[in-house]
Amino acid sequence: MSERSSAFRLGVHSVLRDLKAGELRVLVAAVVLAVSATTAVGFFTDRVGRAVLQRSGEVLAADLVVRSNRPIAESYAQKAADLGVESASVTSFPSVVLAGEASALADIEAATDGYPLRGLLRIADEPYGASEEVQAVPPPGEAWADARLLARLDARPGVSLEVGAAELKVTKVLEFRPDQGARFVDLAPTLLINAADVARTELIQPGSRVSYRLLLAGAPDDVETLHAALKPELGVSERLQDVRSAGPQIQNALQRAERFLGLAALVGTLLAAVAVGMAGRRYALRQIDAVALMKCIGVSRSFVLRVNLSQLATIGLVAGLVGVGLGYLAQIGLAALLSELSGTLPPAGLGTIFTGLGLSLLILAGFALPTLLQLRDVPPLRVLRRDVGPPPASALLVYGLAVAAFLALLFHQAADPVLASWVAGGAAGTVLILAGAGLILVWLATRVRSSAGASWRYAIAGIARRGRESVLQVAAFGLGIMVLLLLTVIRGDLMNEWRATLPEDAPNRFLINIQPDEAAGVEALLESRLGDLDLVPLVRARVVEIAGTPTGEIEFPSERGRRLVDREANLSWTSELQSDNTLLEGDWWDAGAAPGLVSLEEEFARDAGIGIGDELAFDIAGERFTATAVNIRSVQWDSFNTNFFMVFSPGTLDPYPHTFIASVHVDDANRGLTLDVVRQYPSVTVIDIDAALEQVRAVMDQAALAVQYVFAFALLSGIVVLLAVVESGREERLFESAVLRTLGARRRQILNSALIEFTLIGLLAGVLAAVGATVLGGLLASRVFDLPVSFNPWLWVNGMAAGVGIVATTGMLATRRVVNHPPVEALRSF
Amino acid sequence: MAEGNAKETVLEAIGLTKKVSSPDGTLTILDDVGFTIASGESVAIVGESGAGKSTLLALLAGLDLPTEGDVLLDGRSLTELDEDGRAALRARRVGFIFQSFHLIPSLNALENVLLPLELMGDTAATEHAEEVLASVGLSDRRHHYPRQLSGGERQRVAIARAFVARPAVLFADEPTGNLDASTGQRVADLLFSLNGSSGTTLVLVTHDRVLAARCERQLELAAGRLL
Repeated sequence: MSERSSAFRLGVHSVLRDLKAGELRVLVAAVVLAVSATTAVGFFTDRVGRAVLQRSGEVLAADLVVRSNRPIAESYAQKAADLGVESASVTSFPSVVLAGEASALADIEAATDGYPLRGLLRIADEPYGASEEVQAVPPPGEAWADARLLARLDARPGVSLEVGAAELKVTKVLEFRPDQGARFVDLAPTLLINAADVARTELIQPGSRVSYRLLLAGAPDDVETLHAALKPELGVSERLQDVRSAGPQIQNALQRAERFLGLAALVGTLLAAVAVGMAGRRYALRQIDAVALMKCIGVSRSFVLRVNLSQLATIGLVAGLVGVGLGYLAQIGLAALLSELSGTLPPAGLGTIFTGLGLSLLILAGFALPTLLQLRDVPPLRVLRRDVGPPPASALLVYGLAVAAFLALLFHQAADPVLASWVAGGAAGTVLILAGAGLILVWLATRVRSSAGASWRYAIAGIARRGRESVLQVAAFGLGIMVLLLLTVIRGDLMNEWRATLPEDAPNRFLINIQPDEAAGVEALLESRLGDLDLVPLVRARVVEIAGTPTGEIEFPSERGRRLVDREANLSWTSELQSDNTLLEGDWWDAGAAPGLVSLEEEFARDAGIGIGDELAFDIAGERFTATAVNIRSVQWDSFNTNFFMVFSPGTLDPYPHTFIASVHVDDANRGLTLDVVRQYPSVTVIDIDAALEQVRAVMDQAALAVQYVFAFALLSGIVVLLAVVESGREERLFESAVLRTLGARRRQILNSALIEFTLIGLLAGVLAAVGATVLGGLLASRVFDLPVSFNPWLWVNGMAAGVGIVATTGMLATRRVVNHPPVEALRSF
Repeated sequence: MAEGNAKETVLEAIGLTKKVSSPDGTLTILDDVGFTIASGESVAIVGESGAGKSTLLALLAGLDLPTEGDVLLDGRSLTELDEDGRAALRARRVGFIFQSFHLIPSLNALENVLLPLELMGDTAATEHAEEVLASVGLSDRRHHYPRQLSGGERQRVAIARAFVARPAVLFADEPTGNLDASTGQRVADLLFSLNGSSGTTLVLVTHDRVLAARCERQLELAAGRLL
C-alpha cells in the first residue's frame, strides 16, 4: 500500500470512527447547517426571485418585449416558438374615436390572442363597477374601453364606436391592463380591440404613428436564450425591453428586494462559518495527541497533512450532502407554506446542489483547515510532555485562508459588491473591536483576580488563565450576537423603513394636463375632498445641446442616455428640494436664486453624460433657452411621488407654455372624485397607478416573507455558533472541574463560577454586538438601501439580554454536563 | 548474537545539555550527559522525579533537540536531521511505550497495532499485527476500543504496537507507572520476554528500582548529571 493511500485511508477511517463516536457532532452540525441554510435560501431565493421576476413581468405583460415603430419580423415569433416561448403581439396607435356626435382621442391597442402573457386584465360591465380579472382580448367586432374614454364620449358600455372605417361595439369597461404604465406619455385613454380588426379600421397608412410590440414569455432560461439570440438581430428601430428595463418604480423595488434577501442569506452563512471555525478548531485540538503519537512513531509532516486533508474532505462531503438534502427538504416545506400566499413558485434550480457541496468544502477549507494545518507542526515530544502543543500557526495562513473564504462567501452570496464590501468591512471592524475588548477583559482579569470572593476569584482567574480562549469567545459570541441583531435590524427596522416609503396613503392617481387657467379650480375641487395639496408645474421640451454640442453629434455613454435625451422631456421647477430626493453633488439653490439653473437626476446625468457646470440648451415649440447644471440628486422612484429627471430654479420655465400635475391619494370612498374632475375639466387626464403600487407592494411582501424565513435559519446557525464556542473549551473545563471536585469543590461552586465567567463574557460580547449592529445597520440603511437611519434602543437591550441570557445559559448547560461527569473518569482520560 | 562478540553501538549520547528559560532565569535540566548503548543491550535510566529522565529519553528518541551536544542513532546525528528526517528514522528504527499508553481512542486494538506498519506501507500488515497481538495475549480483544480495555490490557496493546515494526531500539517511559503492582509485574515480564526474543535494544526510564534491576545496566541521573 502506498503511503499516500494509507494516509487517505487513515484520514477517512478516523473521521468515520469519530462520526460514530459523536466526536464530530458540533462540527458536522455547523457544516450541515451552513450548507442547508444557504442551499435552502439559495433554492428558495432562486424560486422567490423568479416568482418576483415573473410578477414584475406583469408590468410588461410579458417577460421580454420587442418594440418598434415598424411591423416586427415574423421570424422573431418563430424563433420564440422554436424555444417554446409564448408570444403575442400588440399594435398601438392614437386615433380619434366617435360615438355619435361625441369624439375623443384614444390610444388604440390591438392585441392578438394570448395577451396579456403576464398579469391579467381587469374588466367590468359598468364604469367603476364590480370587476373581474381575465386573460383575454375582445372578440373581433368588439372593444373594451377605458372608463375615462367613455366619460369623455359621455357614453356607456353597449355603445358603438367608429374607429376609422370600422364600427366596434364596446362590451366591457377596461379598468386595468398590466402594461398600461405609470408614465405621463401614456396620455390618451385606452381602447382595447382585437388585432383582427386592425385592417378594417384602415387607420394604418404610410406615415401613421404606430408602435408595434411583440410580447414574449416563457421559462426564465428560455427567455434568457431568446434574449441573447434576438439582441444581435435587432434593427435600428427595434428595441428589447425586459423586466429590468421596465418602469423605474418596480426596478427600484426589485433591486432592494434582491439586496435584502442577499444580505439576510449572507449573514446567515457567515454565522454558520463562524461555527465551523470554532468547531473545526476544537476538532483540530482533539487531534493533537493522535498526531503527536503518529509523529513519534515516525510519520512525516506531509503524511500528517494528507491525513488531515482526507479528514476534511470526508467531513466536507458527508456534511455537504446531508446539508444539501436538508436544505432541499426545508425549501420544499417552505414553498408549500408559501403557495397560499404567493401562488405556485417555479421549481428550484438544481445548480444549488453543487453550490452546496462547494460551499461545504470552502467553509471547511477557510475556517477549519488553518487549525488543522497547524497539526503538521505538533512536536512529537508531546507524547511525553502534555503541556507542549503546536506552535501558533502563521497568522498569514490562518487569517489569509479565513479572509479568502469569507470574501468568496460574501461575494458569492451577496452578488452585489457594494453590499458585500460593507458587510465585510463591518464584520472585520467588529471582530477587531471584539478581540481588543477581549484582550482588555483578560488583562483586567489578571489584575483583579485576587480581590474578589471564591467563585468570583475562580471565574475571573478562569478568564485570565484561558486568555486566548477568552478572547476568542468574546469575539465569536460577539460576532454571532452582532449578526443576529443585525438580522433583526434588517428584518424589522430596515424592512419597515422600506415599507414606510410606500405608505397606505401613497399617491395612487396622477392628474395631468391641468391648464393654467383650470389650476385654481382643480386644486379647489381636489382640496374640498382630499385636503391640502400642491400642483406641480410641467413643461415639455427637448434637449438640443449639451455643453455646446448639438445632441445629434454626441456619443452618449449609454443607449438609454440617447433615448432619454432624444425624447421630449418633462420639466418642472421648484424652490425647494423634494423630500424623497437626496442631493449627491453640488448645492441646492437659495430661495431667491436666479433663473437658469437645473438639477439633474443621478442616473439620467450619468447615462446622458452630463456633469455639473454643463450648459444645456432646450427647445420648447421652436423657442430656445439655456440652463446650467448645478447639482445632481438621487430620486427614490418607488415613492410614487411626481419626480423629474430635470428640475429648474423658479423663473426659468415660467414664460413658456406649461400645464400642472397633481398626485393624490384617492381612497375607495372617493373613487368617483376623479370622474368628477374629468367631467368638469375634460382636458384633464387621470392616471390610475393603483396597480403599479400593488405590484411594488407585492414585491415588498414577498421579500419580507423570504427575509423572515432566512432569519429563522440564521437563528439556528447562531445557536450552533454558541454551542460550538462553549464546546470549544469543554476538555479543559472537564479536566479542571475534575481536579476541583477531587479537591473538594462542590458542584454549586463550580457552576457559580462558570455562571460568573460566562455572564461577564456574554455581557461584554452583547454590548459590543449592539454597538456593531447599530453602526453597521445604520451604514447599510444609508449607503446600501437608501433608507433613513433610525436608532433602535431595543437593540441594546436585546444585545445585552441575548449576550447574558444565551451565553450564560448555553455555558451553564455545557458546564452542567461537565460537572456531572465522574471526576475519576475525567482524570483517567487525561 | 554470539556471547563475547564486541557489540555494535546503536545509540550514543555526546555531551547532552538541555536548558530551558524560566521566569527565574535559565534552568539546566541536563548537563553534559554522555554514554553509549550497544545493540541488544537493555538499559534503565533511573533517578528521582525532576532528575531529567524524561528529558533525556526525549532527546535520545529525537522527540526534542538538545541545547548542546548530539545523539547518534545508528551512527546518524539526530541534530543534523530535520524533523521529518528524524521522524523517518524513528519509523524505521524506533519503538515507544508510554506511561499513559497513548492508544488512539478512535482505533480498535488491532488497528492501533497496525498503525506503525500501515505508516511504513507494509502490505501484509494485518496478519503480522494479529500475530503480535496474539503474542501479548489479546487475540480475543482485537476488535475492542481502548476505552473498553483495562489499564494492563491497554499497555499490552501499546507493547504489541511497539514491537510490531521490529524496532532496533525500544524506548519505554515508566511503562508500569500507571499500573497496579501485579499487572505491572506481568506487563514487565512481557516486555522483557519480547525484548529478549527479538534482540531489540531497550532503553527504559523508571523510578522503580526493581524494574530497573531487570535491565543489564542502570544509568542514574541526579540533578541533570549522570552519577
